[in-house]
Parts: sequence; C-alpha cells; structure tokens
Amino acid sequence: MSALLAGIVLAPLLSSVLIGLLYMVSITKIPLAKTWFTLPALFAPLLSFVFGVIAFIEVYQTGTALHFEPYLWLGVGEYKIYMGFLGDKLSLFMVIFITFVGWLIHLYATAYMSEDEGYGKFFFYFNLFLSSMLLLVLADGPLIMFIGWEGVGLCSYLLISFYFQDNSNVVAGNKAFIVNRVGDLGFLVGLAILFFYCGNVGFSYENIAHQVASMPASLLQIVGIALFIGAMGKSAQIPLYVWLPDAMAGPTPVSALIHAATMVTAGVYMVARFSFLYELIPNVGLFIAYIGAFSALFAAVIATKQSDIKKILAYSTMSQLGYMFIAVGLGAYSSALFHVFTHAFFKALLFMGAGAVIIALHHEQNIFKMGKMRHVTPVVYITMLMATLAISGIPPFAGFFSKDEILLVAFASGEYVIWGIAVCSAVLTAYYMFRLFFVVFEGKNALHVNPPHDVSWVMKAPLVVLAFGSLFAGFIGLPSLLGGSHLIGSWLGEWGMRGLHVSHETEWLLLGLNVAISLIGIGIAYKKFYAYDLSRHKEAKGIVYNKFYIDEIYDVLFVRSIRKLSEFIAVGLDVNIVDRVIMGMSHGFIKLGHVVALVQNANVRFYALIMMLGVSVASCYLIWMVE
Amino acid sequence: MIANTLFAYIVVAMVLFSIGLLGVISRKNIFVIYMSIELMLNAINLIFVSLSRYHDDMGGQVMAMMVIAIAAAEAGVFLSLIIVLYRRKKSLDSDIFRTLSQKEAI
Repeated sequence: MSALLAGIVLAPLLSSVLIGLLYMVSITKIPLAKTWFTLPALFAPLLSFVFGVIAFIEVYQTGTALHFEPYLWLGVGEYKIYMGFLGDKLSLFMVIFITFVGWLIHLYATAYMSEDEGYGKFFFYFNLFLSSMLLLVLADGPLIMFIGWEGVGLCSYLLISFYFQDNSNVVAGNKAFIVNRVGDLGFLVGLAILFFYCGNVGFSYENIAHQVASMPASLLQIVGIALFIGAMGKSAQIPLYVWLPDAMAGPTPVSALIHAATMVTAGVYMVARFSFLYELIPNVGLFIAYIGAFSALFAAVIATKQSDIKKILAYSTMSQLGYMFIAVGLGAYSSALFHVFTHAFFKALLFMGAGAVIIALHHEQNIFKMGKMRHVTPVVYITMLMATLAISGIPPFAGFFSKDEILLVAFASGEYVIWGIAVCSAVLTAYYMFRLFFVVFEGKNALHVNPPHDVSWVMKAPLVVLAFGSLFAGFIGLPSLLGGSHLIGSWLGEWGMRGLHVSHETEWLLLGLNVAISLIGIGIAYKKFYAYDLSRHKEAKGIVYNKFYIDEIYDVLFVRSIRKLSEFIAVGLDVNIVDRVIMGMSHGFIKLGHVVALVQNANVRFYALIMMLGVSVASCYLIWMVE
Repeated sequence: MIANTLFAYIVVAMVLFSIGLLGVISRKNIFVIYMSIELMLNAINLIFVSLSRYHDDMGGQVMAMMVIAIAAAEAGVFLSLIIVLYRRKKSLDSDIFRTLSQKEAI
C-alpha cells in the first residue's frame, strides 16, 4: 500500500522521460503528432491524483502515516540515507490539490501550447516539474526533499526561459535561478547545521524532531533563519522576491502551475514541515510573520500601478504568499495550508483566465490595451469574476475563509502591527484585483489591434472546474463560528494553532470588518475603473509604477559590485599578479638555462680542463678529508 | 728496496699521465691530442705492469696487453676519424669543430 507513494512521484517522472524521448525522436527523425505527447502528459498527473486519493483514504481510515523506503540511496559506513517517502496527513493533503490543479493546468496547457513548436518539450518539463514537486512534498527527510526542491527550481528555470529566442526571457530565467540559489545557500547552511547535530541516526523528519530539542537554542535560531532564507527564495518574499515578476516571461500555464499554485508554496510547506523546529523558536517565527506581512503590503502596493496583466497577478501571488507566511510565522500552520489550498484554486484560475484573455487578444498583455472582453469571452468573464471575488475575500468564495482565518490568527496572537498591515494589504488586494478586472472586461473604447476571438473549450473547461473550486473550496475549512467543523483544521490538527482564544463577538466583528474592507477596496476600484475610458489612458509614472526601483537598487548594490569584484579578480589579481609571477618565473628559468648552456661551448680542451679540475678536487678530498 | 723502485715507476707513470693530460688541455692539433691520449694510456699500462710485478700476479700484465690491443684498434678508428674531419674543414685545429656548442645551436 505504501508503495503507492513512490507511484505518485514515478508516474509523472516516467511520462516525462517518455515524452522527452519522443520529442527527441520527433525533432531528429520523424515528426510525431501532438497526441503522442498529450496522452502521457495528461495521463500521468491523473494517475498520480488517483494514487494520491487512494493513499489519502488509506490514511483517513487507519489514521497512521504511510512510510515507504524502496532502497538505500546513500550509505557511508555506519551512516545510511534511504530514499524514503512519507505520506502523512500534511503531505497527502498537498498531493491531492497539487495533482488535481496540476492536471487541470496540464489540460489547459494542451490547448494553450497547441500552436507551439516546442509542444513536446513543454510537457517534458511540465511533467518533470510535477514529479519534482511531488517528491518535495512526499520526501521523508530534508535531503530527499532537497532533490525535489532543486528539481522544481530547475524546471522553473527551464520553463521561464521556454521562449529562449528572446534574450529577455533567458535573462529572466537566469535571474530566477540565481536568486533561488541565494536562497538555497541558506537552506543548505541550515541543513548542514541540522545534519551535524541530528544526522547521526538518520536524517528523516522523525529523527530530527526527536533530537532537535537537545540542540542549543541560539543554534536552533540560526537553523530556523537559514531554512527560512531558502523559503524566501522559493516563495518570493522580501528581499528575494525580485525573480517572481520577471518569471512571468514563461508561458501562462507555467505561471499558473509553478509560479502561483505549487512551487512558490514550497517555502510555506517547508516551514510547516519543520514546525517542530519553529515551535521551539517563536521569535524567529515572529520574524517570519513580519517578513510575510511586509511582503504582502509591498507587493500589493506595487500591484496597484502595474499594467501587465501577468505581473499584476505575480505581485498578487507574492502578496498572498505573504499572508501564508504571517500564518506559519505565528504558528498557525493549518491556517497557512488552508490558504495555500484555496489560493491554488483561485490563483490558478486567475492565471489561466488571464492566459485565455491573452490568447484571445493575440498575445497582448497590457491591460490598458484590452477592454470589453466581457462580450468576447463570457465564460472567462464569469470565472474570472469568481476568482477575483475569491482573492478579494468576499464570502462565500474560497479566499474569504482562509484569509479571514489568517487575519483572525494575527489578531488573536496580539500582533496588532502584523494584523494592521495585513488588513491594509487586503484593501489593496481588493482594489488592484478589481482594477484589473474592470479594465480588462469592462473598459470602453478599447483599441484592439486585431479583432479578439473566443478561446476553445479545452481552455475554458478547466476554468469552470476551478471556478467551482474557488466557490466551494472554502467550505471545506468552514470555521465553527459559521456552523462548520473546519475539516482542514481538524485534518491537520497536528499543525494547528494552539491556545488561541477569542470570543465569538470579536470573531464576528473581525469577519464583518474583513468583508467591509474588501468592499471598500472594490468600491474604490469601481469608482475609478468601471467602464474606464481606455483611449484616454496615460502611462503611469512614479516610484510605485517603477516598483520602488528595487531592481535598479539590487543592480547597483549586488550585480554591479559583484561584477566589479569579478573584474578585479580576473584582471587585477589574475592577469597582473598571478600570471606575472608564474610567467616571470618560467621566463627567468628559460633565460638562466641559456646562460648555463654557454658552458657547453664544444671546446674539447675546455671540457678536459674542467674534468681535470674535478678530478683534482675529488682527489684532494679523498686524500685530505677522508683521513 | 723494491718498494722504492715501485715508487719510482709510479712517479714516472704519473709524470707521463700529467704530460698527456696537459697535452689534451693545451694543444690544438688533433694529432697531438691523440698522441697525448696514447701517452695517458701507456702511463696507465706502466702502473698495471709495475703493480703486477710488485704483487707477483700476472693479471695486471694481461690487462696491459689488452689495453695495448684495444689501443691499436682505437688507433685505426681515430686516424680514420681524423681524416674525415680534415676532409670536412681542411684543418686539424680542434677549435674549429664546434657544431655541438650552445651558440652554434642558437
């Protein structure tokens, strides 16, 4: 039964290898029909989903986690690392929605990418990504998790640079990869310290959890922060968020799957995984919560002025991830994962809806060049409306429940600063999402260069499914206040918030406040942007539009200074000093050789003289010294 | 005073050897150098023979005979080489032949 866990990871891996081989055949030997790629690409995530559901039911019935160790991965003397899969409540919860949303996005991608030459290559990467993500989630120890962690980073890089003919896309891919490496360094440092202290009997979460309490507290804090730096990189939090907006250079399904629904939540998952560690260091948790809060606000502010539809969504992703980190930082892991869950639905839907609009408008991404899309793509209009309502936090849509829970946690923990920042971000979220929505779907006097067309049903069907998800996913975590039993909270009870007590009146008050602030945000957006006259639009200017010049500041601070340092090392140290010393020595030896060689003058008599002198010296030595 | 006679022989041999060595070092003519070499060989022969007599062992004399025989063969080779060298440069000055010197190689 537990071998199913390996099946969940293997199905997309094998299909990705298969698609890769078929793609090699198709570009070198005979061109293959798209069906060859489509069938395995769609079948594998479905299979993973089915396996995931079976494992989920198994865990539900027995109540114990599944554990599967197929083989010894690394053995050094006494020390052994097994390739281990752990299917507990947390990981299977992740698996279910990753495979489900993943499958829908795969389906959508078959339509979105159908015109592309690299169709097979795309699904090769896409399935590989899914496999890495599932490995990350199902790993039973940090080392195995790290394989998946790097795998998703690689696939993210490959897919951002998917349209590699354009140099800026390649630059964006490199940026994502390099920024992630900065985070990975932190992750590795954290792992190394953990390994040093807890690795002697095996390096699974279970063993670490047993041993972590015996570590010195200061060291534990360093580990906590180092691991969080890894999460910062993966989950695009201040200060390592700069790659996420640029990552939108990839095809839209990539943005939906990797940079919205799954990979970027890996950081949240990782912190939840190490909850046993973070529970011992609440001050680091508070730091995480503050970083999350500032990221949420910062991204929301930037998003209000952007004009690229995918970049707005990218900043909103970063902002929502900030909410998740508020929750994990304050110890409410189940609330964070609830938001991960609902966010996967509505954010995937938003990205795919945006992709549909982009396709309908022949690859136009500027929202001020869209307008009046309501009549062109009514299905996209309705589904996008539902997703926008969900992210804005309007009941009964999914985002409302999860966001409300996070705000409640922040309030109940007594962290009113974080709570205040989160509330401000919520207003801004409602505002910028409806700004986007009104401009794209209602904006009048649109100047379409080419007449827009509706998109195919293969693209619209996943939107409809996800729209239902955005509508109903929240009810799974219905709080007891509203008569629900909070299934997610009780399923992930182990990762729940402890000792949190607020009166029902306060809860009602907060709930009402949340709805009110969202409505305020929507109201402002309605007033400013409903039926916005696109022909009179002027390009925005100012510090917010330019994203607070963070990219430029990073460029000056890090990129250029490091380049200068490299140039100094390459020219100043290497050429001028090291090369001169080495080459000078070799030239010196050659010259010395010429001088010494002059002794060899081909004069036999001279040789004989030298020989006589030598013999005389030797003789003198023998006669006088040996005695 | 047989020991004294031996000493006299060895002194003669050393004088002969030194004359030969100085000849090799100081003379330019290849023929003279060759003759000096022969002188050194015979100085050694003299030592062989006298020590052989001194120790009453014929081995040294056998060795001297062998040296004489080899020197005869060597004379043939040497003279033919001198002829070849003379044909090359029309000279017997040993300083002319410096193909193997470092300067020449550069």
